Amino acid sequence: MKLEFDWRPLLLAPILALVALPLTGSFSTWLTLTVAGLAMGMIIFIIASGLTLVFGLMDVLNFGHGVFIALGAFVASSVLGLMGDWTGSGELWRNLVAVFPAMLAAMAVAGAIGFAFERFIVRPVYGQHLKQILITMGGMIIGEELIKVIWGPAQIPLPLPDALRGSLLVGDAAISKYRLLAVAVGVVVFGVLAWTLGRTKIGLLIRAGVQDREMVESLGYRIGRLFVGVFVVGSALAGLGGVMWGLFQQNLVPQMGAQVNVLIFIVIIIGGLGSTGGALIGALLVGLMTNYIGFLLPTLTQFASIFLMVAVLLWRPQGVYPVANR
Amino acid sequence: MSSTAGNLLALEGVHTHIGAYHILHGVDLAVPRGQLTMLLGRNGAGKTTTLRTIMGLWHASQGRVRFGEKEITAQHTPQIAGLGIAYVPENMGIFSDLTVKENMLLAARGAKSAQQIDDTRLKWIFKLFPAVEKFWNHPAGKLSGGQKQMLAVSRAIVEPRELLIIDEPSKGLAPVMINNMIDAFAELKRSGVTILLVEQNINFAQRLGDTVAVMDNGRVVHAGSMAEFSADAQLQQSLLGLAL
Repeated sequence: MKLEFDWRPLLLAPILALVALPLTGSFSTWLTLTVAGLAMGMIIFIIASGLTLVFGLMDVLNFGHGVFIALGAFVASSVLGLMGDWTGSGELWRNLVAVFPAMLAAMAVAGAIGFAFERFIVRPVYGQHLKQILITMGGMIIGEELIKVIWGPAQIPLPLPDALRGSLLVGDAAISKYRLLAVAVGVVVFGVLAWTLGRTKIGLLIRAGVQDREMVESLGYRIGRLFVGVFVVGSALAGLGGVMWGLFQQNLVPQMGAQVNVLIFIVIIIGGLGSTGGALIGALLVGLMTNYIGFLLPTLTQFASIFLMVAVLLWRPQGVYPVANR
Repeated sequence: MSSTAGNLLALEGVHTHIGAYHILHGVDLAVPRGQLTMLLGRNGAGKTTTLRTIMGLWHASQGRVRFGEKEITAQHTPQIAGLGIAYVPENMGIFSDLTVKENMLLAARGAKSAQQIDDTRLKWIFKLFPAVEKFWNHPAGKLSGGQKQMLAVSRAIVEPRELLIIDEPSKGLAPVMINNMIDAFAELKRSGVTILLVEQNINFAQRLGDTVAVMDNGRVVHAGSMAEFSADAQLQQSLLGLAL
């Protein structure tokens, strides 16, 4: 029996990038757009990775995922606001000393709220998709209103720390420093997730549970506890993604989570429900497509991701890396 | 019927409803310790529902399920499995995206890595089911039906369990695979484990069963020794519609 790995989906992002190269008119423009697309894709992946596991393992349609994105961003803004000396420094290490605690705080708060969200909002409606959609959207609306109560309804600026502003020049191409950091953070998150899912027993349980929850229980594991853990981690990752997204946009609004919700669902559908690798490919495709179309045909930017999803689903109706037994 | 020292598992007046459907209508079943009990019956008799009720996948609406001296009627599936019961469902329950090794590791609750699985036990399993060793690092989803069944049973015995509950292990298997499976179960019997086995394959049942319970319309309509049941062609005909 030969071991087969389906490598074709891995080519999608490089193919898209290569197709865009002649269309963008210059290599430097293409490079700038590609790095921007990869950075955006990595941020979306961070947000989407938790959601695909929640959907895949728990079969929960969490339309309230966006509230953790917004919450993470706003918590980070408060932390960074207290560390003005560090963010205002021109030294990169000082900026990172401010950004990383902001990320950790965002993840901790989003994870804690996620714990409560699962307990009181999601758990009563396991197995009932319509109720899940309604109640989680309700949870998101409440979350947004609470953010307004705490931080106010107005838009809040979230400037980049000093040393992360500006670009590095690669030939004629200007590569944003922050976007390089976003790519690096995304790679680390993917690495940690891939290692956890592939090399640890918890990861095995999650992958098995995505396929057959009942059998995991029959082997003696309390899958309910696993659900809670995955939901909390998914929420924490959304919080981290919120920090990255907020710094990417450089301003925050309470509705920012809802604004990316549809994009996140497109990513996990493209990737295949429950598939972390699929979510990465979906996110990179969405990031690249949005940036290329935004440059070439700006009026179609809003629809770019939907066209992409339709194209992928015509090729692979269950996403690029479907999980078996779903 | 009460649980005696000789019975490892006992069901007393068990009723099970699935939604609006009343499937089990007062099942009384005893599984003697150290023996292989066959659960026979026509399609739709309630055999699989009985196994799922024992495992807590569906809860009894009435009656009691005892495992040893412990009542497990209202317990949840992980707790029941944790008492030393291994379950192999009709669809085998293989995690197709995981490798054979990973499937086995999941079943070995005491092991954090494959290296921590009891080596002696693993060698015994490999002797029973060579395909498990041969395809150790292969995705379980790529195995043939018979190989998946071997993996499913291997998972159930990777750690010592008091009771194995197995639903139609010979389903869909070629005759030579069925014979291999019979030999493996005979070896398991010799190891002293208690087995409750649902089967439609009469040859399988006759060669392995010590005791037999026959179900019809959600009830156990006959229980006794397999030897006596095998010798009574008229009884077989009336209960199963055919003779062994």
